[in-house]
Amino acid sequence: MTFRHFLYLLPLLVFLGISIYFAIGLGKDPREIPSALIDKPVPQFELPLLVEDLPGLATADFGGEVAMVNVFASWCIPCRIEHPVITRLADEGILPVYGLNWKDEKEDARAWLNELGNSYTRIGWDLSGRVGIDWGVYGVPETYIVGKQGRIRYKHVGPISREALNETILPIIRELQAE
Amino acid sequence: MIAELGHFALVLTLMVALAQSIVPMVGAARGDLRMMAMAGPAASAQFALVLVAFGALTYSYVVSDFSVYNVVSNSNSLQPMLYKVSGVWGNHEGSILLWVLILALYGVLVAMFGGNLPPTLKARVLAVQGIIAVGFSAFLLLTSNPFERVFPVPVDGNDLNPLLQDPGLAFHPPMLYAGYVGLSTAFSFAVAALIEGKVDAAWARWVRPWTLVAWIFLTAGIVLGSWWAYYELGWGGFWFWDPVENASFMPWLVATALLHSAIVVEKRDTLKSWTILLAIIGFSLSLIGTFLVRSGVLTSVHAFATDPQRGLFILLLLVVAIGGSLALFAWRAPAMKGGGLFQPISREGGLVLNNLLLSTAAVTVLLGTLYPLFLDVLELGKVSVGAPFFNATFVPLMFPLIVVAGFGPMLAWKRGDLAGALQRLKVAALATLAIVGVAAWLSWGLKAVGVAGIALAAWLACATLAEFANRINLGRGSLFNSLRRARGLPRSSWGMTVTHFGLAVIIAGITGASLWRTEAIQEMKIGESVDVAGYNYTLDKVENLRGPNYFVERGTFTVRHDGKVYTVMEPEKRKYFVQQRETTEAAIYTTFMKDLYVVLGDGKDGAWVTRIYHNPLVPWMWMGALIMVLGGALSLSDRRLRVGAPKRHAAPAMAQLAGAE
Repeated sequence: MTFRHFLYLLPLLVFLGISIYFAIGLGKDPREIPSALIDKPVPQFELPLLVEDLPGLATADFGGEVAMVNVFASWCIPCRIEHPVITRLADEGILPVYGLNWKDEKEDARAWLNELGNSYTRIGWDLSGRVGIDWGVYGVPETYIVGKQGRIRYKHVGPISREALNETILPIIRELQAE
Repeated sequence: MIAELGHFALVLTLMVALAQSIVPMVGAARGDLRMMAMAGPAASAQFALVLVAFGALTYSYVVSDFSVYNVVSNSNSLQPMLYKVSGVWGNHEGSILLWVLILALYGVLVAMFGGNLPPTLKARVLAVQGIIAVGFSAFLLLTSNPFERVFPVPVDGNDLNPLLQDPGLAFHPPMLYAGYVGLSTAFSFAVAALIEGKVDAAWARWVRPWTLVAWIFLTAGIVLGSWWAYYELGWGGFWFWDPVENASFMPWLVATALLHSAIVVEKRDTLKSWTILLAIIGFSLSLIGTFLVRSGVLTSVHAFATDPQRGLFILLLLVVAIGGSLALFAWRAPAMKGGGLFQPISREGGLVLNNLLLSTAAVTVLLGTLYPLFLDVLELGKVSVGAPFFNATFVPLMFPLIVVAGFGPMLAWKRGDLAGALQRLKVAALATLAIVGVAAWLSWGLKAVGVAGIALAAWLACATLAEFANRINLGRGSLFNSLRRARGLPRSSWGMTVTHFGLAVIIAGITGASLWRTEAIQEMKIGESVDVAGYNYTLDKVENLRGPNYFVERGTFTVRHDGKVYTVMEPEKRKYFVQQRETTEAAIYTTFMKDLYVVLGDGKDGAWVTRIYHNPLVPWMWMGALIMVLGGALSLSDRRLRVGAPKRHAAPAMAQLAGAE
């Protein structure tokens, strides 16, 4: 191969080089937000109840067993999509699933739960979004798993699909429960 | 029902595109005219089908059919009709559907206006377009179906992202996509030429109008986006070098280079492989831009799930389209022989320099855009590359480019006469000096670097006008004669003059906007006033009002100049009901030389944060852009482009075909 031929090949080689980076870049979760809170204790907070017959949510509710916190809002469409997955997980009783209702009007959130079903064991009502900030919530939906020592062990950003639940989240829950 | 119809039309689109990409290609290889003739009708059918799909989605938005997931995620019953419609492409799925629609439209146009193309070339061009359509309609159907239903049906929708609820941004994506996708036509021509193994003057003449159309839309789209950022983001800035902007700017730089190098191919039958490469790269950068924006490798749109599947699919498309065409290039292009030789100082030399600078600029932008990704992949940490990098690398490249743009048109083909050109540009140089003097005097006390920008703009404007005067023999012979010559000039020549002049105006605008801006940020109570750049702003009142789907806080400022009331400005802050997001609507008062720009910020205890900017020459950016688009349109209307290549090119073309095979 002459130098001239190599020159003509060069654009292809450069592109292939770049696409390798693209491929690796895709493999890394682009939205993997390095949550500074991972492995840190649950922040100090106390949220009022949202629904009359369910308690609110506070720091004291964590510890002793593995628990899940699902951040949701009635105005969030992806939440509507993941809600059946969350509900089923809660109904199976593998672990307590707490709701954190974020930046929502009380009536809207209640109507939403009436329509779609409510299997949360506790729901904290965070109208101002302040507690959400302490948790490191960027948007809804987000889901946290809290370990037996009351430390945040895992954070899932975006709606939870059945695949994500079965392939990632359930194994983590089992692992944490075995600890 | 309507949504399912759209979905079905989309499936048919994929089928038709498959046929369009295979049958004419095989026909062209076999010399089977009937198989080749299928390309045209297939392109029309494909367009009709995508139109049905797009119509179905638009209908779902217009009637607010919230059983469609796409509609419920991006629309709301309270939204004004304009934004219900623009919501169609204000989201991932819909925007890709628009992409496919525009691609199909270009296919039909090539089929319609390509009557003078040789049948094999036409068949191959349309087949390549078919392949691209297969890729993207499969992408839609497999990973981004816009017609997905949701059950139970929500009562109301999630609203369109409030930032997108704006007339400027409603039309920004279609413009930009018309530009991106328009480059696919040049790409298809390049790939077809590589398959045929021949590139000649006629080929360059066929490619040029398509590139020009794409370039016009890209220019308009980019400027519309920039204009939107200017008045909507509320910081008075107009360009932020963020990945999404860069994604549209890189294809523009390459398309500009391509427009210039295609002239060399047409007139001098040389720089062929280079031109082919540019045509491939231009569209490749559009695709990479789409990948970067849509896959979320660089930016993440939090409210919505990014799907790694989508990213993988687009990456696959990239590798097939770009990798495939570049491999074809490596294989076939070395056989293409260059034609005319030329001296370094010549029109060709100037255009080569233009191409080198423009492509270096594009590479610079690409590097700056991808650098964070490279570092992230190599686990070297997360960084962001901002304006300082681009100011230090991109801007210096523009200086020689503009200087050459002044000289270039004065040089003759093959062997230019630099001394002669300088002689003829003497008046232009003197005029430039005079303008620089005035600018320095006017801007005394402001940043001196700005004078360099003005010098550049003045040089380009004066040299362009001087070249035009020279061409029509102004000052030599009667004025009537000159006017007659001006009338007789080809439109493409008018186009060049107008476009270069427009660029000069833009440069002046950018200089003023980025270097001579005055800003003041302060807290103001009702009745208080502040002086900015010789204008006095008084906050008279702040009212709370209600829009169709948002609350408004509207401030009223009275602006006084020299003690007299100059104007009244009313900036707004909106809070949208559904997404609870706030947007700022800056109040802008535009005159020929400047913009007054006022933003109302957060209020607390009867005092509001206000940002007031004095933006000299900003209107020139938009005027200049308009002039450039106009110049492009003039050039597009050139008779030569419509009539096609004259016969005399047929002979060398045939000889080359024989030589390549």
